[in-house]
Amino acid sequence: MKECMVRLIYCEMLGYESSFGYIHAIKLAQQGNLLEKRVGYLAVSLFLHENHELLLLLVNTVVKDLQSTNLVEVCMALTVVSQIFPREMIPAVLPLIEDKLQHSKEIIRRKAVQALYKFYLIAPNQVQHIHDKFRKALCDRDAGVMAASLHIYLQMIKENSSGYKDLTGSFVTILKQVVGGKLSADFNYHSVPAPWLQIQLLRILGLLGKDDPRTSEVMYDVLDESLRRAEINHNITYAILFECVQTIYTIYPKSELLEKAAKCIGKFVLSPKINLKYLGLKALTYVIQQDPNLALQHQMTIIECLDHPDPIIKRETLELLYRITNGQNVIVIVQKMLDYLKESKDEYAIINLVGKIAELAEKYAPNNEWFIQTMNAVFSVGGDVVHSDIPNNFLRLLAEGFDDGEEDLQLRVYAVQSYLALLEEEDKLYPQKFLQVMSWVLGEYFSLVTDVDPEVILTKLHSLLKKTFVTSETKAWIMAAVTKIASHTSCSKTVDELIQELSSSLDTCLRQYAFELKHLCEDKALMKSLFPFDASCTDLVVDASLSFLDGFVAEGLGHGAAPYKPHHQRQEEKLSQEKALNFEPYGLSFASSVSSGVTGRQSPTGLSFGSDTSGNSAETGHKETNTLKLEGVRKLWGKEGYLPKKENKTGKGNEPQAVPCGSLLAGQVGEPPALQPDQGASLSEEDKEKQQLASTLFVGLGSSAGVSLMGKADTATQKFKRKSKINETQHLSEEASDLQNSAASDFGPLLDTVPINTEDSEGSMHVRLRKASPCSSDNVEDNLAFETPQSLRKSMLDDRLSSNRLSQSSLFADSNIEIFQPSPSAQCESASETPLVPSLPEELEELPHSEVVGLCQSDALALHLCKVWTDDSLLLIVFVSNKTTSALCAVNLVFEETEHFQILESTTSQFPVIEAQSVEHCQKGMRMNKVCTQAILSGSVGYQSEMETRLEFSVTLSLMDFIRPMEMTTEDFGKLWLSLSNDVKQNIKMSSCQDSFSAALDTLQRKLKLHRVDIIGNEGILACQLLPSVPCLLHCRTHSGMLALWFRSPCAALPDGLLYQCQKVMEES
Amino acid sequence: MRELCFITVGNAEIHFILLFSRQGKLRLQKWYTTLPDKEKKKIIREIVQIILSRNQKTSSFVDWKDLKLVYKRYASLYFCCAIEDQDNELLTLEVVHRYVELLDRYFGNVCELDIIFNFEKAYFILDEFIIGGEVQETSKKTAVKAIEESDMLQETVEEYMNKPAF
Repeated sequence: MKECMVRLIYCEMLGYESSFGYIHAIKLAQQGNLLEKRVGYLAVSLFLHENHELLLLLVNTVVKDLQSTNLVEVCMALTVVSQIFPREMIPAVLPLIEDKLQHSKEIIRRKAVQALYKFYLIAPNQVQHIHDKFRKALCDRDAGVMAASLHIYLQMIKENSSGYKDLTGSFVTILKQVVGGKLSADFNYHSVPAPWLQIQLLRILGLLGKDDPRTSEVMYDVLDESLRRAEINHNITYAILFECVQTIYTIYPKSELLEKAAKCIGKFVLSPKINLKYLGLKALTYVIQQDPNLALQHQMTIIECLDHPDPIIKRETLELLYRITNGQNVIVIVQKMLDYLKESKDEYAIINLVGKIAELAEKYAPNNEWFIQTMNAVFSVGGDVVHSDIPNNFLRLLAEGFDDGEEDLQLRVYAVQSYLALLEEEDKLYPQKFLQVMSWVLGEYFSLVTDVDPEVILTKLHSLLKKTFVTSETKAWIMAAVTKIASHTSCSKTVDELIQELSSSLDTCLRQYAFELKHLCEDKALMKSLFPFDASCTDLVVDASLSFLDGFVAEGLGHGAAPYKPHHQRQEEKLSQEKALNFEPYGLSFASSVSSGVTGRQSPTGLSFGSDTSGNSAETGHKETNTLKLEGVRKLWGKEGYLPKKENKTGKGNEPQAVPCGSLLAGQVGEPPALQPDQGASLSEEDKEKQQLASTLFVGLGSSAGVSLMGKADTATQKFKRKSKINETQHLSEEASDLQNSAASDFGPLLDTVPINTEDSEGSMHVRLRKASPCSSDNVEDNLAFETPQSLRKSMLDDRLSSNRLSQSSLFADSNIEIFQPSPSAQCESASETPLVPSLPEELEELPHSEVVGLCQSDALALHLCKVWTDDSLLLIVFVSNKTTSALCAVNLVFEETEHFQILESTTSQFPVIEAQSVEHCQKGMRMNKVCTQAILSGSVGYQSEMETRLEFSVTLSLMDFIRPMEMTTEDFGKLWLSLSNDVKQNIKMSSCQDSFSAALDTLQRKLKLHRVDIIGNEGILACQLLPSVPCLLHCRTHSGMLALWFRSPCAALPDGLLYQCQKVMEES
Repeated sequence: MRELCFITVGNAEIHFILLFSRQGKLRLQKWYTTLPDKEKKKIIREIVQIILSRNQKTSSFVDWKDLKLVYKRYASLYFCCAIEDQDNELLTLEVVHRYVELLDRYFGNVCELDIIFNFEKAYFILDEFIIGGEVQETSKKTAVKAIEESDMLQETVEEYMNKPAF
């Protein structure tokens, strides 16, 4: 059997179907002797995947083997668990694996940690309660176990770095020991001590130290040491160096280290080994935004890499160039990218690069001709794989224009001209998307070009329509263009011809267009009013109820037509008619109800709205006006949705204010890169060429660096701004410019003395801010506990700007500004000293309640919170105390909506006036909507002083806040138990002090607010409810030191949550 | 535009490992992401083709879809790992090397035939070294020892079972 299984694995690898043997693999693992078992497990791990149904059959075997006394069996079981295991069965093996953490053999301990890591990845909730055991594993005396636990930590820190800052010291110590060679020589790899461990630790440190000066402080030494130690010329040391460099540039910067890291990068880049060179480029790309000077140092190498035969190096170089693009070098860089694009065949690479080119072109285009030409290249090379955003954005840009009307005009004229020239070439094939763009532009702006007869354009479009490679979607675009052009010319032979031809077309869509066009041509005045020139951006009001047809309908009804019945109603009627025996021949009445259906107005959606494939010919007469109207609408609705226009204006409003800032700074700009003078004489022709290329590529890097610290100079020169699509991003970018403005004013005076060498592009800034938005709330929360509103603003600014790390550090280094890091401890102290400690009103004092805790405070306000657990809800009492000596007006407290909680009554509270030195309170009833063990409710309080001030806070609410005992009799319990379906079982260990069963029950009853229904022998039943009234029943039983818990509830998530609480309680006591 | 949906469980460092010969014959495959069989076959064909067509002077890294392939040739065998863009390529190269060292130590001067005839052993070693796409055991001795130990135990059990019972 074992041999068969091995052969089956081989067959599977060769690509033959072998699923028939999967079940045998499981059997083998279950029944075989050791040797067979091992092959069985291996086969299972190779054949099956996480969600395979057969995997469930393995669970029992694993459980058995985990309990085996044979080490090898345990090892095998653990190995397979850490590779694949069905998520829903984790509770079955979890206690067993937890036990293995205390095993005397290190290999078992290590594998147990690996298995837990796997569980953490697939079901983080299930291992919540064993976090402290991970800590124990981290301190294990065996390095292998410790290394395994690092995987878990890396993962957890990735998700939430702030929770593990306290471990920084330990990680640093471990790294120090590893680097210092304290581990046994077993772990050496080419005489480098435990490189994988080192890299793991470096990554963790990078995550921990990110944007956190105090944590970073701890790790400077060890990073320096790692850099120094890694000196042997071997790949593995380079791998470590690379990781070091990344960490150094990720954490809060220190200039000495940065210098050393930069040197390292230099070594990489200059290496003749191609692999190292690639890594060097990758590192450069990573750090270039913080330190553009590095790019200047290596400009010649970069140029060489551009022509490197290996595509991956080329691509990385382009990526690097993409990051340093500015208004001055954009032409050269985009040219290089286009060159690469033309050679590239890989679809993935094309899509990626085309997007980048389009972005750069929009952002930095130096003039109209170039912009249009580049976009033409993008469309023709990118073909139909380009993301549909790109043509949509381009057209929007053309249609909406910029601030300067003259510019717009020129751009449009140039676009039309270039497309006409392109269409001149008869037999060229263009991608569909490009043709669509062309026809739209021609249709919309043909009249701007005065020296070309519209007739000529029409002929060209006409000839395109005849081509076979043009898809019907594109034909629809072309027809729309023809219609628009026709509306502005008197009568045209081509149009007549076209109508003639297409009226008999097989494509219903085209035929429809032709008919529309024909009818419109008969009424020029109507046509003109339907197609006003350059109105693509005006909002069209569509009368969805088709009220203009009311008269017509009334008339129809007056003449005895049947009223309209919607489609489904007709269907129903038809069905019912069919069911009953119908002896009469099908009469007229039915037919008339169908034909008159069109005239009714109840169902406007029955008419298909402007889609290209509409075409019920019976509807044509009425539909005509409808489709035509919607021509214009299509431009407002891009493929990705509504393309807003008005909001953009506010966005622009912010930009000009900042311009003076940039121009002020322009004077202090760093020197543009100088070429090495000594090389000049001996340069070969080729070298000269390269140098020239270099000077064009890296132009403006140094200089823009100076200005762009403010991120504003670029904005000023930036030609085409990407307009925000949705309100949210709109809001963000406003915020961004806001932040930049204030940054400018804050840093302004310092600039004289500070050498600035940061490069920043507006775009990247924006991108980063957008990225930052989801996590910014974390920042806010972190900061909020102890910061005043004024400094809050700055600290946010600080956080956001931290991407501009270098600039900041040099600022700090030179002037020792401390305002950005208000010492939290000091603030906390002052918080606790607040004289105004509120107390609960008397009527609530009697109910069970928590202590009053401070939420947040500022100079003027302090917020305190108290939870009161009433029978039917959780009451949050929020105290607002006025610390100032004057009254505060219009204090407004708002809770944010979350998915987890429901706030009864309203989410806001208002206090018109809070007297000086007094406390007001409000209360909110809460319910839990979505079960979770813990969730955060955040909110803010705003008040009117000289300016509107806001203070944010957050409250952690746990599941237990919403759990109440549920009184019932044993019979009721039995009935309810049987009716519930979701159940969860788990065994937990009882600690020594609660060995008696009733003691354990007492603990549960007391701590978890459960109601004890009954105790029979060594079994007990308890009941509780989640407010308002979701019951959860618990049945528990003891056997041999274990407490078997069995939950049932109508809500699936509730038992899990309660189980977690039980585990916690039992462990604590 | 991601045509490949990698249903990654967590974020494994290495997405898959392939061993194939110069003739393009697959010798070993290990997947750390869940993909349908058809997709796997397509990927293998594509990758083998890409890598075999590269000349020796180029780097050991190739862009492939949104992943990076890191490969190295040992005698007639190619070892290839797929990793994510932000991972450390050099390190992966060393992972491959370490794996070869482990094989070498276990088989004693490993060659392609060893892997063909004892490929289940090669899998055992791999499982000892990399789990879920992450490098686990950094000590060479321990890894080989673990395999040898279980091998030995197995032999003895086998002997025991085969002993004639008088």
